[in-house]
Amino acid sequence: MHIIENGNVAAALGVRLCRASVIAAYPITPQTPLTERLSEYVEAGDMKAEYIPVESEHSAMAVCIAAASAGARVFTATSANGLLYMHEQIQWAAGARLPIVMCLVNRAVGAPWNIWNDQQDSISQRDTGWMQVYCSDHQQIIDSVIKAYWLAEKVNIPIMVCYDGYILSHTYMPFDVPDQQQVDAFLPPFRPDYILSPENPANLNTVTLPDVRVDVHGELAHGYMEIRYLLQEDMRTALAVAADAEKKFTEIFGRGGNPYLEPYRCDDAEFVAVGIGSMTYQLRVSVDALRKEGVKVGVMGVRFYRPFPDEAIANALKGKKGVIVFEKALSYGYEGALASDLKSALYEHLAGTGDLPTVQNFIAGIGGRDIRTEDLTQYLRAATQSRVSKEPLWIGLKL
Amino acid sequence: MGTRNYKRKTSHSESGPGDGGRTGSWRVERPVFDQSLCIPCKRNKEACFICWLFCPEIVISRTIPPKVNLEYCKGCGICAEECPTKAITMVDEAKFTEEDKD
Repeated sequence: MHIIENGNVAAALGVRLCRASVIAAYPITPQTPLTERLSEYVEAGDMKAEYIPVESEHSAMAVCIAAASAGARVFTATSANGLLYMHEQIQWAAGARLPIVMCLVNRAVGAPWNIWNDQQDSISQRDTGWMQVYCSDHQQIIDSVIKAYWLAEKVNIPIMVCYDGYILSHTYMPFDVPDQQQVDAFLPPFRPDYILSPENPANLNTVTLPDVRVDVHGELAHGYMEIRYLLQEDMRTALAVAADAEKKFTEIFGRGGNPYLEPYRCDDAEFVAVGIGSMTYQLRVSVDALRKEGVKVGVMGVRFYRPFPDEAIANALKGKKGVIVFEKALSYGYEGALASDLKSALYEHLAGTGDLPTVQNFIAGIGGRDIRTEDLTQYLRAATQSRVSKEPLWIGLKL
Repeated sequence: MGTRNYKRKTSHSESGPGDGGRTGSWRVERPVFDQSLCIPCKRNKEACFICWLFCPEIVISRTIPPKVNLEYCKGCGICAEECPTKAITMVDEAKFTEEDKD
């Protein structure tokens, strides 16, 4: 059914369709309407779930960890400083290998206090062992939530479904809400290999020594390092599993395609703008304008950020003259994290081939600073003519 | 032989000796019993066992004489502290020969 709603409602509908049975969240702008909507569904009996109001984001994730350990399909959502407050439990959820789905409505982090959109919050959680997928419109939000549960439960790794605050969370656009029957056909009930229960008491993730140990059954059990290695190994494997998810989703719902990237006018492009989230759709307008001027340029959205689709990215950018990375986040003291990751992928797969593009990095929209399409066009045009700046260049800065 | 085929990908422990690893290797002092002072030893009766009761690692047996499982005794010294007749002394591990060590 096609409806017109905001991005937070798209996420809430996705969670309802996935039959999450435990929801624990703490309200924070711009995520609040999402969790409010879910609490309304539960209160009205439209959703058979336990809604647990908590006193903090840290507790929200702790509840999700406990409930997922006991076999529940769980959901939480947050933004910015709420995410940072949750940080310890975020790492815990990954090490505990719990398939938790969390919507992250991107917002700038303090200080100074700021409630508007950028992506510093989720990018700062890059190395926590969570998968991260980014959305550029409302259809992607609802579809990504559904795919996220399938993927997370296949690989036992938690996943953040990230979308830009306000630009997506609070704007209204049409999207298709799948039938419950379709979602049920896609997503089987959650049946984890292990469920914590009073009949079989166990300690989960207590002190684990550096070296391996013999467990009470006489079997050689992992040390800390083996457990962490397996997380890395399964994260890399998750790239292929994400492709399976996409294929299965496309068969049932009739949409989808490339699970990792969203290229636009890239095939014959000499220069490609790369970004994450809604800004890449805005860049399409700039690309169209520059194409009219005869500049061979395209734009590519990175949908999967962790695990990083390095090979797909290198293949997509192979032989291009230049890549211009637009980011709403920064690894302070160096450059945008996506620019670094992208350079690493290009070096790994293309170094010495003569197909290695140059890379420039532009930072935009920090703390909700308005991103003007004409600015994007102007900087993109300049970047196709020469190297604009060695350091990451901040678009729209008024210093 | 590694842990590749272990049934779980997480840290999971059930109650039982040693599921936290061989913690006896952490010990720097070892509890040594003087049976001439120890109440159950002296009377040859099931009595006292304060050491068994207080041991946080459950490595002291409720037997005559009480025995310490040195595989998992961390050498915390709580038994020596609690013993009402001061029958337990904490002795530097360096005083024991290599063969005594585990």
